[in-house]
Amino acid sequence: MKVTDNPSRATLSTTVFGLSALAVAAFLVVTAVLFALAIWHTNRVFVGDVLDALNAEAEALLATSQQGDADTLQRAVARLSSKANSRLYYLASPSGTKLAGNLADLPPELANRTAGGLFTYRYDRGPQPGERTAAGLPVRLRSGGLLVVARDIEDQRSLIWWMRFLALVAFSIIALGGLGLGYMASRSVLTRVDRLTYATRNIMAGDLSGRLPFQGNGDEFDRLSQSVNDMLSRIEHLMHGLKEVSDNIAHDLKTPLNRLRHRAEATLRTAKSKEDLTAGLGQTIEAADEIIKTFNALLLIARLEAGAIEKTKTPVCLASVLSDAAELYEPVAEEAGLHLSTTEMAALTVNANRQLIGQAVINLLDNAIKYGRKTAPGCDSPSSADSVLGEITISLNRRHGNAEIAIADNGPGISASDRTRAMERFVRLDKSRSLPGTGLGLSLVAAVARLHGGELRLEDNAPGLKAVLSLPL
Amino acid sequence: MRVLLIEDDTETASFLIKALKESGHNAEWAADGISGLDLAREGAFDVLLVDRMLPELDGLSVIHTLRKEGNQTPVLVLSALGEVDDRVKGLKAGGDDYLTKPYAYAELLARVEALSRRTIPGEQATRLVVGDLVLDRLSHAVTRAGEPINLQPREYRLLEYLMKHAGQVVTRTMLLENVWDYHFDPQTNVIDVHVSRLRSKIDKAFDKPLIHTVRGAGYVVRESNG
Repeated sequence: MKVTDNPSRATLSTTVFGLSALAVAAFLVVTAVLFALAIWHTNRVFVGDVLDALNAEAEALLATSQQGDADTLQRAVARLSSKANSRLYYLASPSGTKLAGNLADLPPELANRTAGGLFTYRYDRGPQPGERTAAGLPVRLRSGGLLVVARDIEDQRSLIWWMRFLALVAFSIIALGGLGLGYMASRSVLTRVDRLTYATRNIMAGDLSGRLPFQGNGDEFDRLSQSVNDMLSRIEHLMHGLKEVSDNIAHDLKTPLNRLRHRAEATLRTAKSKEDLTAGLGQTIEAADEIIKTFNALLLIARLEAGAIEKTKTPVCLASVLSDAAELYEPVAEEAGLHLSTTEMAALTVNANRQLIGQAVINLLDNAIKYGRKTAPGCDSPSSADSVLGEITISLNRRHGNAEIAIADNGPGISASDRTRAMERFVRLDKSRSLPGTGLGLSLVAAVARLHGGELRLEDNAPGLKAVLSLPL
Repeated sequence: MRVLLIEDDTETASFLIKALKESGHNAEWAADGISGLDLAREGAFDVLLVDRMLPELDGLSVIHTLRKEGNQTPVLVLSALGEVDDRVKGLKAGGDDYLTKPYAYAELLARVEALSRRTIPGEQATRLVVGDLVLDRLSHAVTRAGEPINLQPREYRLLEYLMKHAGQVVTRTMLLENVWDYHFDPQTNVIDVHVSRLRSKIDKAFDKPLIHTVRGAGYVVRESNG
């Protein structure tokens, strides 16, 4: 993305300015054409009217002259000429000599014409002598003379000229004003866009707490800022979650990594024989395997929380998942002195990832076997007594439109205050510290449940713990 | 057995090549997808070990190309991507097995050896025999020294898998994947319990045990202890 650094050039190249310039140009062209047409038409009508009037006057004069003698016309023209107004006359004898009239000479434009037309004449009376325009009508007399009846139309001409001038001024103002307004509008838009650009650049540079500026008038820019800010909040929230996870990973992987290092160092320091070395290395590898397990569980939870498994979902018959898991764990439970059984098994099918549901169920079974003994778990040695130390039951029911998988034991259970905490990452309640495990089992189950739109609940089995994995049908 | 390793990390590769040679295999190495594909095309390998992320041409494309050309050499895909659908993608591209990094060498070796057997007839055999232990795959009957042994369906499948790979080390993960179809590691050693149950039915009443534990790796079914 390149932003022009020259502000005025940037303004001129904005969309807003381009559009307003285009609008101004289009408006000017249309009005100019209309105005020119109007002026042309007005001119034509006006000159036509004047010529009609001149025609009527000429006829009246000729009629007068026919009633009297040859001088009657000359007298009438002289009389009319003496009045100071816009009427102009010129009467010439057949030989071309001027007989009467207030025009100094015969206008050359009319000399050889029979129809009316425009001409210019020299006006030397009054305060402003000069060339003026007039419309005149030449009339051939029967005697062979020539009569020109004319009107000074200089005032009307200058009026039209003024109108043209004013129109030009108006057009210039419109053009300049329009472009100016367009420039200002695009300038203000550009300023806001630049502010948004600046803010986004800062955010991209790493300041995720930054937000886009807001004017508060609810216009389109505010709406844009609003939705971008919402997006940023979401990103910040996700980044925060990511940071939390990586902090946890750093914290909880460093401890076993340190342990691994200590073991390796101790082996190196104290090993006296090949056997010592082999045993030490074996322990080191076991420690590494534990770290890998923790790491895998963490990665899986992170992947699940990112929610990218939608494509892997298929219809899964829960009863078969549960009976498979029960079949796998039944001997393990027995070794631990527990009795594992499945009770109610409703025929329910959910759209799910079979492996993940299987893993969730197995994590719950793992926990039930680890913590499900009636007596407090003292050591890892399997019970040698024949007596059953506890019952683990797996059941599947339909409740409120959900499939509910319940795995219940009658061990010591988890106190109500600790139940929420037990589902968090790496939380190992005090009692479990001595047993192997990553501390991620329940949080993985909870993540699987959330991913399928369900939830994990820990309930009191009185006595014991009842873990309920609820999945929407 | 001739193994081709296509892996771009030099250290991993040299470790694996050395270890495979120590295990008695003839191992060759290609550092990128193109040269790996060329070597694999020349044929004569029993197993290909293909890393998923390779320079020039990624691992899955290498496998896909080989399969399209009719090359059926068994492939074990090695990958750092081991989640939910990655395995499916790897197997769909034509891989025969999938191993997620980091892995134990014993696991890799066991899987390589299991794969190489796939090309040997015997996979389809109707009777599996190890010493005096006989498993009839048509009638699902198991006898040892002529005495019938009563097995649960899952115990039968466990034994069948072990006997199919008689003489080869089979890891716990391989059993979980192939007998139970679980592609993750449970915390407790559930497999050990199942094997010990099977053992009590197969070996307890007899002098010579057939199911042996291989420390740090898994189990093996074979006639002698040696």
